[in-house]
Amino acid sequence: MITIKILGSGCANCTNPAQLCKDVTEENQISAEIVKVTDYKDIMSYGIMSTPGLVINEKVVHSGKLPTKSTLTHMIMNFLAISGE
Amino acid sequence: MIFTYPKNILERYRVFIPLFLVPVWLVLYCNLSALTAFIVYSLCHLPTESRFTDSIFFFLYEVPKVLLLLVLIVYCVGIIRSYFSPERTRKILGNRKLLPGNILASILGIVTPFCSCSAIPLFLGFIESGIPLGVTFSFLIAAPMINEVALVLLFGLFGWQTALLYMSTGLFIAIISGYLIGKLRLERYVEPWVFEITLGNTEILQEKRPFQERLEYAYDTVKEIVGKVWAYIILGIAVGTGIHGYVPANFMSSIMGGSSWWSVPLAVLIGVPMYSNAAGIVPVIQALLEKGASLGTVLAFMMSVIGLSLPETIILKKVLKTQLIIIFIIIVATGITLVGYLFNLIY
Repeated sequence: MITIKILGSGCANCTNPAQLCKDVTEENQISAEIVKVTDYKDIMSYGIMSTPGLVINEKVVHSGKLPTKSTLTHMIMNFLAISGE
Repeated sequence: MIFTYPKNILERYRVFIPLFLVPVWLVLYCNLSALTAFIVYSLCHLPTESRFTDSIFFFLYEVPKVLLLLVLIVYCVGIIRSYFSPERTRKILGNRKLLPGNILASILGIVTPFCSCSAIPLFLGFIESGIPLGVTFSFLIAAPMINEVALVLLFGLFGWQTALLYMSTGLFIAIISGYLIGKLRLERYVEPWVFEITLGNTEILQEKRPFQERLEYAYDTVKEIVGKVWAYIILGIAVGTGIHGYVPANFMSSIMGGSSWWSVPLAVLIGVPMYSNAAGIVPVIQALLEKGASLGTVLAFMMSVIGLSLPETIILKKVLKTQLIIIFIIIVATGITLVGYLFNLIY
């Protein structure tokens, strides 16, 4: 079980990745909880300045411009491979 | 960098394809006029010397020309932007004094990737790291005002002089406005919670990206931007075509001509509450210019539409008090008005 957080104020650029994460995890049968973080104080606490930010298990893996689906899949798979979960 | 993206060979080299398309681009672009003439006169047998044929020619020539330019420039800008993340810009701007800081921030505003929904995190990040308010504003003014799509359209439709004028005066406004805001010491009009923000410590991601990843980024940027604006461009040029052939040439000169002193402030007043993307506004401008509106007035109108946008101002309301927002709008609008007058004087 991993926790994916999408950091962003909630405009289309940030809601799309949330859906994308859901699709990717479902397709690859990864059990994941997807959380949207919209409060600026919380967003900033991750040290990013461009939204949307992507955080997996409290590690920032991406910030800025929405990644494509294939990149996102690689990011998540990579994270799982490295962290050994 | 924490992660690498394993990819198969094909996918890996896919990103180089655009580079091989450059010669094709050149051939197309250089022969566009001849190609259009061939289609209009030889293939469609339209009569020469007719107003209708002129309009069709104009349309069939301008649309591919502008789209070709757009793809090329956005791709190049994409590559340049991949070197500038907001995090990096923040590092560069740290510890800068007011005036040099404003100049640097305005230039970085052009090349740093930025979307208006990122304005708040960016603002917070800048302030947190001690970048002066005025310098932060220079960045926030330059980023939307000097827009690559507008630059391409101005270059394609009016030539490099107009494009250069637009860029340099945009920079000038961003530098001066930011400097003034800094000098006025308006920190008290920033919401207090802004100063309580602490930025978490995260190593900067993607510090060393392989070149093909930059190419991929540029390709994605083209797909995103061109995908978003192509319809506006075609529509805009179509409107321009209609006006080109059928509206009397001096139609606009009485309202937006250079002679009346109030034309520039009026254009700015109309432009500030309007919101449009650059692609939508430039063909309108072309139509205005062609019908006798003066360059300064039209440029002022365009800058106030794309540079001062209501949605962005509303977003900023979360971190700024109303007083500061009003001061910000007044300073930038005044700057735009002065630029408008200046151009009307020169031309």
